[in-house]
Amino acid sequence: MVELATNIFDAPGSEPATAALKAESRHLNFHYGAFHALKDISLPVHDHSITALIGPSGCGKSTFLRCFNRMHDLYPGNRYQGEIVLYPDNVDILAPSVDPIEVRMRISMVFQKPNPFPKSIFENVAYGLKVRGITQRDLVETKVEQALRGAALWNEVKDRLNELAGNLSGGQQQRLCIARALAIDPELILFDEPTSALDPIATASIEELMLELKEQVAILIVTHNMQQAARVSDHTAFLYMGEVIEFNDTKKLFTMPDKKQTEDYITGRFG
Amino acid sequence: MTPAPTADLRKLIARHRLWERVFTIVGLIALLIGLLVLLGLFTQLAVTGAPRLTPEFFTSFPSRIAEKAGILSAWVGSLLVMLVTACSAIPLGVAAGVYLEEYAPKNWLTAIIEINVMNLAGVPSIIYGLLALGLFVYQFGFGQSILSAGLTLALLILPIVIVATREALRAVPGIIREAAYALGATRWQMVSHHVVPYSAGGILTGVIIGLSRAIGETAPIITIGALTFIAFLPTPPVTGEFPFLSFQWLKDPFTVLPIQMFNWTSRPEEAFQLNAAAAGVVLLVMTLAMNALAIWLRYRIRRKIKW
Amino acid sequence: MEREHIIRQYDLELNEIREKLLEMGGKVEVMIANAMKSLVERDSALAEQTIAFDHHINHMEVEIDEKCLQVLARRQPAARDLRFLTLALKIVTDLERIGDQCRNIAKRVLELNTEPPLKPYIDLPRMSAAAATMVREALDAFVKGDAELALKVCKDDAFVDGLNDQIQRELLVFMMSDPTSISRAVKVNYIAKCLERVADHATNVAEMVIFMVKGKDIRHTVA
Repeated sequence: MVELATNIFDAPGSEPATAALKAESRHLNFHYGAFHALKDISLPVHDHSITALIGPSGCGKSTFLRCFNRMHDLYPGNRYQGEIVLYPDNVDILAPSVDPIEVRMRISMVFQKPNPFPKSIFENVAYGLKVRGITQRDLVETKVEQALRGAALWNEVKDRLNELAGNLSGGQQQRLCIARALAIDPELILFDEPTSALDPIATASIEELMLELKEQVAILIVTHNMQQAARVSDHTAFLYMGEVIEFNDTKKLFTMPDKKQTEDYITGRFG
Repeated sequence: MTPAPTADLRKLIARHRLWERVFTIVGLIALLIGLLVLLGLFTQLAVTGAPRLTPEFFTSFPSRIAEKAGILSAWVGSLLVMLVTACSAIPLGVAAGVYLEEYAPKNWLTAIIEINVMNLAGVPSIIYGLLALGLFVYQFGFGQSILSAGLTLALLILPIVIVATREALRAVPGIIREAAYALGATRWQMVSHHVVPYSAGGILTGVIIGLSRAIGETAPIITIGALTFIAFLPTPPVTGEFPFLSFQWLKDPFTVLPIQMFNWTSRPEEAFQLNAAAAGVVLLVMTLAMNALAIWLRYRIRRKIKW
Repeated sequence: MEREHIIRQYDLELNEIREKLLEMGGKVEVMIANAMKSLVERDSALAEQTIAFDHHINHMEVEIDEKCLQVLARRQPAARDLRFLTLALKIVTDLERIGDQCRNIAKRVLELNTEPPLKPYIDLPRMSAAAATMVREALDAFVKGDAELALKVCKDDAFVDGLNDQIQRELLVFMMSDPTSISRAVKVNYIAKCLERVADHATNVAEMVIFMVKGKDIRHTVA
């Protein structure tokens, strides 16, 4: 078998695509108080593509995601080491000199549960603009329409922009949250299990939307649903106990993973 | 495993159901005792005071003749004192609540402050009266005025407002805060654009419940020396000449409804007891109206909010 | 050894497919042996039986296909399980083709049995035995995930090809020396060709087994 191995080559198309990098974590360590939640994580996030993070509960995938918009800064006792570099301007967004607010204005996030503000549909989408100090009515209106169109929600809500967001269905609310995240023209969107509270049809429409969005932005998504990662992502990282076990092209990872641990997890042999 | 015979199961369920019925009856009786006593008191008050509840009762000053005496100076005094109380307690209480809930770091110091705020709500009101007598009346030289009384009652209800504010803020889910932060909001933007507006219903309820407690307070007002017999109104706040607003009324002596009642009940003549009862009805209706307002406001604001 | 799936029913389903494939492989082996026996012993009844038996093989192909589709639909298999199932789907096709080849052999046997015997068969039974062994070993390799064994099967194909060439040369000599033997020799040659195809199918299976185990595709790369 050994002499055969030299003759064997990887299946064509299995090499990871070499798109430009949007961001990259380098030797990232993260502590919640005394708990070492992320251990030396180095992962790339490619531009115009979807990178999925999978792994069992508590593996650190959400923690990792929330490093990208400095969400951990909101709570005491959290500590970062290492860096997350944002391209093309090559800044380490974890550096203490970088204001987390600036990071959040460039990298937006969609949460696990739809969380629209109890305000009108319009105000929800316009909120990011308001925070940015954009007040010209016509500009705001244009941006809101663009964002709602981008989130494939415009046709459903264009006649009721002043209605409360809470009256929308769950799937519509999540698309509204995506529109809200889009309105600030982000460079990278973080999705934290965005469909875990939705039914399969709403889930499919969010997945379709993510595939459309990746033409414009880089997407990093945490998902509990391995099939979802397999369906939408271009690259997948498998995390376990705060470590990256494998990062690979999604096609490769779900057919011929390099690591036994990955294989056991994705085939349902974990535990 | 063999299942228990159905007959045994039925006996067991019957026993459980018996206890359920017993408690239903006990609970109902407990509720009725409380309600009926209150209702009895109110009816008695209303029946006694009814003959005196005429328009003149509201537009007359107190008098030595019971039939001519009214509560004009008392209800105007109560209203103005409440105005001062509300204007000082709401900003202070809400700001303190917001600070404690949203800004203060969670450590032993803030834990002690939290416990003490809770305790302040339980301090007897006469203690506040004593404090205010020393501080506002003598130290600050506000005198035995509407301002002193309003500030005293504000102190009294401050803990209620703070606790209510914190409870209301806590009801706003963390995920909404994170949504605001994730869009680049600062803490202040998050608080002022989202958390406070969304918890306004709860905060208002707390404020109104605080005010309805303040409006009935007698002891601290007497302590700071409110007069019991006032036959004139404070200076009107609106004047005919520039700048059209006057704050002279703040320094004026005053009386309030509960003190007027207290004064009348201590008179020997039977006729004044009717006046006291009538004033009592007015006070009760004012309190109930304020509570009703609180419920309505909460309903109005909560209706828009779905988490 | 292999970890089990968290869902035990999933393991049971995969095992059932594995066992059905083995059973199908066993039946195919018997078919090869019977076809050869009917030739050597001029047993037309056995040849008829072999032809009729192909029906069972076809039936099993359909059955295994269905089971694979059901698991694919219900379990969304990934990685090794996915490779196992897609391979199982392909392997049944190869096994079914082997069954077809046996039927073809048996049909030629029936024709040959109506004429006088051409010659005693020596290399054909050896070829048949080698092909049957390859089929068995390829399936063993598949079931055990044994890449070494699969590689041996790939290499054994050369032996069967060699025998085929030898038989062809031998038959050519027969045909040149005695033109009346041509019609029979062509049929015998056809049988040899069928056995060579059986060995090729076994090789296909073995190559796919290496893919399944190693995650590497050696099809069309190793001679």
